Amino acid sequence: MEDRKKSVRFEQEILPHLDAAHNLARWLTGNDADAADVVQEASLRALSFFDGFRGGDARAWLLRIVRNTCYTWLRQNRVDKMTSFDEAVHDVAGSAEDPERRTLARADRRMLQQAIEELPMEFREALVLREIEDLSYKDIAHVSGVPIGTVMSRLARARKLLRDRLSGEVIP
Amino acid sequence: MSCDEIKDLLDAFVDGELDLRSNVAVEGHLNECAACAGEVEGRMELRQAIGEADLYFPAPREVRQRIRRSLRTRWIPRVWWSVPVAAALALVFVLAPRPGSTAMEQAVVSGHVRSLMPNHLMDVPSSDSHTVKPWFNGKVDFSPPVKDLKADGFTLVGGRLDYLQDRTVAALVYQRRKHLINVFLWPSSRADSGVTAETRQGYNLLHWTRSGFEYWAVSDLNLQELGEFERLLRE
Repeated sequence: MEDRKKSVRFEQEILPHLDAAHNLARWLTGNDADAADVVQEASLRALSFFDGFRGGDARAWLLRIVRNTCYTWLRQNRVDKMTSFDEAVHDVAGSAEDPERRTLARADRRMLQQAIEELPMEFREALVLREIEDLSYKDIAHVSGVPIGTVMSRLARARKLLRDRLSGEVIP
Repeated sequence: MSCDEIKDLLDAFVDGELDLRSNVAVEGHLNECAACAGEVEGRMELRQAIGEADLYFPAPREVRQRIRRSLRTRWIPRVWWSVPVAAALALVFVLAPRPGSTAMEQAVVSGHVRSLMPNHLMDVPSSDSHTVKPWFNGKVDFSPPVKDLKADGFTLVGGRLDYLQDRTVAALVYQRRKHLINVFLWPSSRADSGVTAETRQGYNLLHWTRSGFEYWAVSDLNLQELGEFERLLRE
């Protein structure tokens, strides 16, 4: 009976967050097929860890597993995608004023998606969790396994990079 | 607070993550400082652009289904061995065959119930018909047709050898929600026949002959859906 109860609880509490799981996996892996594999593996992991879930935010709990599964999976299969932040590549100098800021509103979906995809992984992760998944800093910190201060600085960098990138792109 | 101090708080400000005191301080500063107000506006524009661009990737239907299936097959073996199964076993052992029942029908029901005992269900656990079918090679002297009916809601979960009335038969196991369906089949020289249905000890049985094979399908699934399954299998 325990297993039956567990499976019912799992279906009720965790599976409603499959969309969130897939969205994160899709952004971290960069394509549909990899995202599907990661979400599947993460779901099975989640089921085996489910005894340790003591209530609380089920979505953040699942997303943490998805996130960790993504990193493990990418390390094993897609080393080239594990781009980390590199100041030399991403020139973030000269920030304060950006005259092209207003052009941002005209950035279309494809450009925006591409710009987000090109963000270093940890910044992309923070941005997606905040702006697309609408998680609080506390939940993002839980998912990413970092302090809240780190979440804040990652978000600030992610937004800065993104705005610079998009402003640069749309200059005629 | 100075502009530099305020700037460090702007992301948390637009995210609504500041404590009340800091929030008030930032708001006060924004009223007076156009540069910082512009910074906030830039972040809001970015948010708006992302929101309008529809950049959410929900789980596609087939991913969702695949996950549900893989989760179910994982926990089912232990779920079976629970109250309903124990009750079913008790029934089988307590109830003597009713008068008029044929030995084969009895054997089919017994084979089904036996298969529900722990570790008896599958020798080849696979939802891939291309894995299940070759598995029978060399184990039986015929090659059973194995159909994948996943798209119709009957998931192949595996196969095994079984014995019915001193005969080695192929058993294919399908699943509909939490209901398992055993399909027993073996070569037969009989002509194709229509399907006959019967209920025995709470299980529904269907029997038919088709293309040189004799089939028995048995399950606790309702007769209507079992009939649908049979039609799909015959197609």
